[in-house]
Amino acid sequence: MAHDASAHRDEHGHDHKPHGFVNRWLYATNHKDIGTMYLVMALVMFFVGGLMAMVIRGELMYPGLQLVEPEFFNQMTTMHALVMIFGAVMPAFVGLANWMVPMMIGAPDMALPRMNNWSFWIMPFAFTVLLLPLALKVFFGIGAGGPAGGWTLYPPLSLQGGDSVAFTIFAVHMMGISSIMGAINIIATILNMRAPGMDLLKMPVFVWAWLITAFLLIAVMPVLAGAVTMLLTDKFFGTTFFSASGGGDPVMFQHIFWFFGHPEVYIMILPAFGVVSEIIPTFARKPLFGYKAMVYAIASIAFLSFIVWAHHMFTVGIPLGGELFFMYATMLIAVPTGIKVFNWVFTMWRGSMTFETPMLFALGFVIMFTIGGFSGLMLAIVPADFQYHDTYFVVAHFHYVLVTGAVFSIMAATYYWLPKWSGRMYNETLGKWHFWLSTVFVNLLFFPQHFLGLAGMPRRIPDYNVAFADWNLVSSIGGFGFGLSQLIFAYIVWDCVRNQSLAKAADRVWEGARGLEWTLPSPAPYHSFATPPVIEDRMLAHADVAH
Amino acid sequence: MGVLLARGRARRSGNGWWVGRVPGPASRYMDLNWRRVFRMGGVMKRIGTIYLRLASAALALGFSLPSLAAVERWKLNMTPGVTEVSRQVYDIHMTILWICIVIGVLVFGAMAVAIFRFRKSRGAVAATWSHNDKAEVVLTIVPVLILVAMAWPATQVLIHMADTRNAEMTIEVTGYQWKWGYRYVDSDVSFISSLARNSDDTRQLGSGLSPDQVKSYLLDVDRPLVIPADTKVRFVITSGDVIHSWWVPALGWKQDAIPGIINDQWTLVKEPGIYRGQCAELCGKDHGFMPIVVEVKPKTEFAQWLAAQQNPDAAAAAAAIATTAEPVAAAAAPGQG
Ligand code: HEM
Ligand SMILES: [Cu+2]
Ligand SMILES: [Cu+2]
Repeated sequence: MAHDASAHRDEHGHDHKPHGFVNRWLYATNHKDIGTMYLVMALVMFFVGGLMAMVIRGELMYPGLQLVEPEFFNQMTTMHALVMIFGAVMPAFVGLANWMVPMMIGAPDMALPRMNNWSFWIMPFAFTVLLLPLALKVFFGIGAGGPAGGWTLYPPLSLQGGDSVAFTIFAVHMMGISSIMGAINIIATILNMRAPGMDLLKMPVFVWAWLITAFLLIAVMPVLAGAVTMLLTDKFFGTTFFSASGGGDPVMFQHIFWFFGHPEVYIMILPAFGVVSEIIPTFARKPLFGYKAMVYAIASIAFLSFIVWAHHMFTVGIPLGGELFFMYATMLIAVPTGIKVFNWVFTMWRGSMTFETPMLFALGFVIMFTIGGFSGLMLAIVPADFQYHDTYFVVAHFHYVLVTGAVFSIMAATYYWLPKWSGRMYNETLGKWHFWLSTVFVNLLFFPQHFLGLAGMPRRIPDYNVAFADWNLVSSIGGFGFGLSQLIFAYIVWDCVRNQSLAKAADRVWEGARGLEWTLPSPAPYHSFATPPVIEDRMLAHADVAH
Repeated sequence: MGVLLARGRARRSGNGWWVGRVPGPASRYMDLNWRRVFRMGGVMKRIGTIYLRLASAALALGFSLPSLAAVERWKLNMTPGVTEVSRQVYDIHMTILWICIVIGVLVFGAMAVAIFRFRKSRGAVAATWSHNDKAEVVLTIVPVLILVAMAWPATQVLIHMADTRNAEMTIEVTGYQWKWGYRYVDSDVSFISSLARNSDDTRQLGSGLSPDQVKSYLLDVDRPLVIPADTKVRFVITSGDVIHSWWVPALGWKQDAIPGIINDQWTLVKEPGIYRGQCAELCGKDHGFMPIVVEVKPKTEFAQWLAAQQNPDAAAAAAAIATTAEPVAAAAAPGQG
């Protein structure tokens, strides 16, 4: 972009946006457009996966089968997880990275814009392929429906699926390619395109978190690809990697899967740590407590995430020494995780807090993610996990870390940066309603699942003994309430983007906000930082290099 | 609630609540015609119906009555179980739960204080400090110490659980889609145990039957596993098809049943009784419908039972003479929650 410094000042007047839908979106190379597409796709997938969750909670509302056959129920749980993990949470974070990383480090765009286009546009095809078998069954009655062996795809069960196995595996391959390309792009951008003066240890924590996450992605997505490829050849080409009758081992799949799977759960939470570490200082009007400790904590969590995978497999019959190793390693993760939580609380301490919607979601995150961390710690204790494993206690655990953790942080980020994106303030009253309704209902939804699991209800069952009826009813009511509350979110976003009469957002949208993105006009111009900004430490949230 | 659910399910005919008399929220709920609901077709329509019912269900909650069946409802916590191991597991669970609760109260309490005291609307002025090395060190070391305190008893229990030596008898457990096979390795007794008939009828989609009317709904089998009390029993667990997991909460553990692999575990139950569990690893469409029932008999009774199994003819003769009921599932199951 051949703008000179003065053109950079008022460039929102003449953005040089490509004209026409195809040019602007299909051929998109602009990080903001691509970020928007990721975020929109994530929101759509959030509602698709949400509908499946409604079917699950509908069926589990009362004992006895009322809505669906068990086979279809299993398809719902399997697809719900795949859609939410790969379609909603991961793309939402990639969308946030696309929008914000260049603006936070003073770069004009992502390092590899054409690859960026490719990484996004693979995703709609991947999800078409993933959803096709299920959609054909539900809407046209064709075929046997989607995969039903659980998102973990454990053989031999997953191999009993029909042709949907091939669709799922192909989709996983495409999503993997997309994620790897996205990760390479993020690393290249962060390492090469920081404006002069944006030292590594002055970067926003969100950028740090994404840098580390991107390395995790590159490390583990190929592992998943390998695992599912072996499934594919076992199913269609007569190999026996995972079949004992041919000298293979079904447990080996679990080892490979979870070597991917556990880092994967951190791929979904490290960017959330980043988001929350940006938002809390802003609304506490006080610098993040222990910036360096926060960065090191993220890095050590990422490292530890590679040596704990078998905590998902304590009941497969691992030798005593192995059980002990994975128990100790898993418990260790609580230490850096604890540091993060303590530091967020210290950031609030002696601050000057206000409670706009992004802050509400961030505070909700800290409390409820921590609850998920506690149950995670409990699950790490092997003898206790012999009881907890594969019950609703685990379901409660990962929904606290994923819904009230990752998803809440995505919502916090959306409210935090939406005015920067759209140039208008969203409807704050509705935002608060969205937060409070979501929080009340999500706890009604997931907290009782701890009780169900402890009382002995296995996960992934469509029907249960009447002893579990009451908490399931409560949970379902919470589920429907939470699902409906998300319509408010969709409305707020749509309203903020479309409604011309909303108040115009200031450049520094929030009084306490620090960081380069707030030095840009709102809405952020189509091309930002075409010339590198001159960085002064007072602009930054974390300029205090010594710490 | 239990009663309400029971009636609502059991009723096979009658007007739907949208046309019938509407005496009150509770009976609206009871009068819901499930047949009608199923005939509406389409998953989407059914979901719509569920939403419609939400309001009345929420109201019905307020009219909760204790269930007639002796089922423990609104249960909150893990069972301490009936073995030494299960009690140790329970103790560890309670220990870590309390540690988490205490830490939670401290952390969330500090947050609450911060949120209350340091708000701009109360005129709080932000401090500028951003680090405190001493605090960071303390808050790293203290958690490590707490973790060690948790890991220690956990390790002890785990070592205890892993010791399957000196078992007095061995039972082979094999998971199948969707039933369990049991074989008494030292005698040639083996049989298949699957979901009890009345549960199976009731659980069919649109059966119109009420789970509340079925004793031990989905937790009852045609032939329970019988083991002797006060005996260290070793289980060798495997599978004939996909992965399953054998879990009886009262025994304190679950163990995966994996094709091509033999896992072992053990138990020692002091008190005779009937203990129920379920398959815990997703194993296909009827994963929710392959329960486990373990009947623990006094040693002598167990010996008689085993002898009878080994020689069915003699057993039949004995049964004809004896006036006491044959103590298998049919007799044992009722009376249990
Ligand atoms: C304090 C940190 C954490 C610890 C110690 C921990 C520990 C565990 C353990 C031991 C399990 C296996 C439970 C079982 O199946 O028996 C588990 C499951 C799970 N955790 Fe965590 N966890 C932690 C944080 C997280 C985070 C941050 C996420 C994601 C954002 C996460 C997502 C999951 C998921 C998705 C599962 C279930 C996977 C499945 O079986 O489908 N956990 N966790
Ligand atoms: Cu894990
Ligand atoms: Cu099963």
